[in-house]
Amino acid sequence: MNEITQRFGRPLGACFILLVLLWLAGLVLVPNLTMLDFALRPNLPATQLGGPKDGYSFDNFLYLWNHPSHGWIFLKTIWSSALVTVLTFLICYPLAYWLGQVSTPRQTSALLVLLTVPYLMNEVLRGLAWYIILAFDGPLNAALVHLGLLSEPVRWYGDGGVLAGMAYAYLLFMLLPIYNSVSTLDHAQIDAARDLGAGTLRIHRRVVLPHAKVGIATGCVFTFMLAAGSYMAPALLGAPGSRWFTQLIYDWFFESGNWNRGAAYGVTLLVLCLVAVLGMLRLFQVNLTSAVK
Amino acid sequence: MTNTVSLLDVEMRFAASLAIRRMSLEVRSGEFFSILGPSGCGKTTLLRMISGFLQPTSGKILIDGQDMRDVPANRRSTAMIFQSLALFPLMPVWENIAFGLEVRGMSKARRRQEAERLLELIALPGYGERMPHELSGGQRQRVAIARALAIEPKVLLLDEPLSALDLKLRQRMRAELRELQKRTGVTFIYITHDQSEALAMSDRVAVMSAGELQQVGEPLELYTNPATAFVAEFVGENNIMSGTVIDTFGDYAVLEGAHGRFVGRRSATLRPQMKARLYVRPESLSVDRQETENRLVAISKRFDFEGAFATAHAVVPHDSDPLSVQLAIPHQHLGQAPDIGKSFVAGFSRQDAVVLAHE
Repeated sequence: MNEITQRFGRPLGACFILLVLLWLAGLVLVPNLTMLDFALRPNLPATQLGGPKDGYSFDNFLYLWNHPSHGWIFLKTIWSSALVTVLTFLICYPLAYWLGQVSTPRQTSALLVLLTVPYLMNEVLRGLAWYIILAFDGPLNAALVHLGLLSEPVRWYGDGGVLAGMAYAYLLFMLLPIYNSVSTLDHAQIDAARDLGAGTLRIHRRVVLPHAKVGIATGCVFTFMLAAGSYMAPALLGAPGSRWFTQLIYDWFFESGNWNRGAAYGVTLLVLCLVAVLGMLRLFQVNLTSAVK
Repeated sequence: MTNTVSLLDVEMRFAASLAIRRMSLEVRSGEFFSILGPSGCGKTTLLRMISGFLQPTSGKILIDGQDMRDVPANRRSTAMIFQSLALFPLMPVWENIAFGLEVRGMSKARRRQEAERLLELIALPGYGERMPHELSGGQRQRVAIARALAIEPKVLLLDEPLSALDLKLRQRMRAELRELQKRTGVTFIYITHDQSEALAMSDRVAVMSAGELQQVGEPLELYTNPATAFVAEFVGENNIMSGTVIDTFGDYAVLEGAHGRFVGRRSATLRPQMKARLYVRPESLSVDRQETENRLVAISKRFDFEGAFATAHAVVPHDSDPLSVQLAIPHQHLGQAPDIGKSFVAGFSRQDAVVLAHE
């Protein structure tokens, strides 16, 4: 606080602090508190609001807890998001390593442009592209059957489709933080490890991965949060068996008109995501501020 | 004496350029061997070929008599000290030192023990748990050496490891490196562009320029008997007089140039009519000598007192080609120093001058 007023002077410093407070209050605190307020109240017709039946209770949360399939969908969403995170990491790490340590500057910029171009397109359209690619009589099946890798077309929509669509959608969020941290590694360290006799696996385990830890944690947090909160990919590429928790929230709000129960589901997802993220950071032994940087 | 490293007709070509031209070189086991040359002369390329990070385009590299073709860097009995040291910043000192032993599957307890032994060797006992960033520049330097020595290499390759240190520390580390080399008996191949470093530490020095070997010899040999004009001009200070050889007799040649006629020792290939340069060290040029040959009349211009000796800068006047000369005068003889602006006679003996062919 002192540092801010010293650097910018009292009036300007006060302005900045006020803006930050407004941001926190308007965009974080008020919406979340409103949602919590909704989640704790019953869904009542407008005439009964403020009446004797209106009061705080955990009924909406208990509904989720006692529901035969919603709890399962919730757990599956968390699990699938973790799977998306792992898959995206497995794709991105070798790519990030190549970009950060091996490629020539020209190759680096060429590949980064190629990777970024699809993101100039609308997210829904990108999802639709996958919808077309993965269709039962779509190009992927046709190609695989033609090559003889499949004897008959496969139904990709469902878990596989959602996984592919999400891994694709969140590739850059994983790639860029890892690339950033891998590229700051002094190549001489890799040479030194090799010179001392280390093989490729050990070099990555002992030198590159520890160095890139913060970037990996950041990428994983981004990807996990985005995947858990994703609506488009499961809606487009899913099947009835791969319902995502966000779809339930959507249904409560817009199909059943029960905002209170929708809010309770939303809060639950938010809290569990936070727990998962903090757990992940602890696992990586990275603190939140350095991950966000 | 056996050879640890032999290069046979090694050549290295990168896309557009020839980094190393057909070079053969023998490094004897247990010697401190330096490769000296200006930046870009190919000395780092040479080192990276010996360590296995680069494959020569043609020719053979032998280590302990074994052909190193197709032996990757991690299977060679060499260890490298990088210019940036390349310590692993996230591992404590002892893990850094024991990294090569970890690779070789040594148990953790024995690794610790071995690291402690090496820490004692480099006079840093008890520093095992520190992180590299908690050490000073000189200490990091020593840890890098211990890490390389831990795998008991046949050859230690050092890529200008002292260049990042300040002058005082650099001088101390020179002595330490030399000491360590004698104590361990490991062959050191040391790369540097600093000629005083090479002269001070090495048993033998190879001088390189533009991908070619100029001369290999003991430091004193390089200093007193440079084989090529490049060596004469790169190693130490020299006064240079250009001209044409007009006569040779025995081991000597007579050179005639714009500033007179001079006699100096010659290389065997020098013939009359060749363009050549005569080199004489500042400390070999002195005031008021009684000789009749090799005399210069110069006007004193500037006088730099540098402690142990002083350098007198003077000019031999000439219409089109005035010649700058330097004289190194030991501090006890400062009384002889010529007064600024006065003309004086300087001379040198033919023994102290070298005449070398020069295009």
